[in-house]
Amino acid sequence: MSSPLDLLPQLLAGAAVTVQLTLLGAVVAAFFSLVAGLARLSSNRAVRAIAAVYVEIFRGTSAIVQIFFFFYVLPITGLSLPAFLTGVFALGINVGAYGSEVVRAAILNVDRGQRDAAVALNLTRAATMRLVILPQALVAMLPPFGNLLIELLKGTSLVSLITITELTFAGKLLLRAEGRRDEIYVLVLLLYFVMALPITWSVRWAERRLSRGLHLGRTG
Amino acid sequence: MTFDVDYAIRILPTLLNATVVTFQATIWGMTFAVVGGLVLAILRMSRFRPVSATAGFYIEFIRSTPLLTQLFFLFYILPLYGLALSAFVTGVLALGLHYSSYTAEVYRAGITGVPRGQWEAATTLNLGPLQTWRLIILPQAIPPVIPALGNYLVSMFKDTPLLATITVLELLGTALTEAGLSFRYLEPITIVGAIFLALSLPSALLVRGLERRFATR
Repeated sequence: MSSPLDLLPQLLAGAAVTVQLTLLGAVVAAFFSLVAGLARLSSNRAVRAIAAVYVEIFRGTSAIVQIFFFFYVLPITGLSLPAFLTGVFALGINVGAYGSEVVRAAILNVDRGQRDAAVALNLTRAATMRLVILPQALVAMLPPFGNLLIELLKGTSLVSLITITELTFAGKLLLRAEGRRDEIYVLVLLLYFVMALPITWSVRWAERRLSRGLHLGRTG
Repeated sequence: MTFDVDYAIRILPTLLNATVVTFQATIWGMTFAVVGGLVLAILRMSRFRPVSATAGFYIEFIRSTPLLTQLFFLFYILPLYGLALSAFVTGVLALGLHYSSYTAEVYRAGITGVPRGQWEAATTLNLGPLQTWRLIILPQAIPPVIPALGNYLVSMFKDTPLLATITVLELLGTALTEAGLSFRYLEPITIVGAIFLALSLPSALLVRGLERRFATR
């Protein structure tokens, strides 16, 4: 009689890949969020339009369809990446589209007076953004970014469909090898839950920390 | 390899037909989520601690694990316990269960937004719990959250392609089948993306319209 714990080493190996995908995807997503978020606020019409098209396309279609597109269609056009990198980029670009809205909203929410003050101090546009607006906006971005990080973590499961042995695919392989083992998927789900916990806690902590002194919501 | 327009036109009717399955899955899944989410939200707010804690954990757990994995779980595990559902029904079940944990939080926000005085007034009028919920709380809690529910409807619609992984021939599943026959992926997958875009952009606008319509201020 084997115990469910026998399954753990292989699942943990999968979970490690899931973590890598999440972290690398987050870097790509952060880059796209920031660039597209700033571009949508650009004074240049063409830049704004390109950013808007990017956001609408990637938010308007499914992540899974995008991953298949990157995996099956891009190689035909000569742009061939290893499956792992395809996954990282597809996930990062997808989440970046949602993230850009977070960046945009956070920047727009910075008090108007801060901009006026920057003008009064004779700061250039770039310096205003870098020294005054972004540091304040960044704080407001953290909780929604945390939620997007959980979405990204969950999204990595989609990459199992393009041959990458992350956690979900590791579970599927085990199920095939071991036959009837109902506990495999229970363990897989639990592992996702455990991986998401630190993010969930950080988001809650950040939300509490940020709302301190802001007099938002109910007191007590 | 270039985009073969003739081939694209040839497979378009098949793909549009498959969109019907996508719609069916969305509608059934959302019906489940709209009802299931409300039940979950009410359980979550129960004053009986074990009930509210269990509901809270369930919501948290479902929300932090991937829909795809939940789909596989239901698809491979339910038959082991003699519950052999069709792939489509399993898919709808997974969509409904997954999204009810999101709609539950939406309802909860709506319910929390009802002023305390309304509960007290209901008590004063000697209404039972059922009547209080049905006649006083829900009629005030639900309208403000309709736009948020609409957003999840659009999200669910975009998640239906996952059903392809458990052999449901919805839009993506059909496109992949076509691609497997012709060894051409460019056209089928591009068309799938275009159909999703064409449908989800207007729905997003519709939700924005709902937001204006139900705006409280």
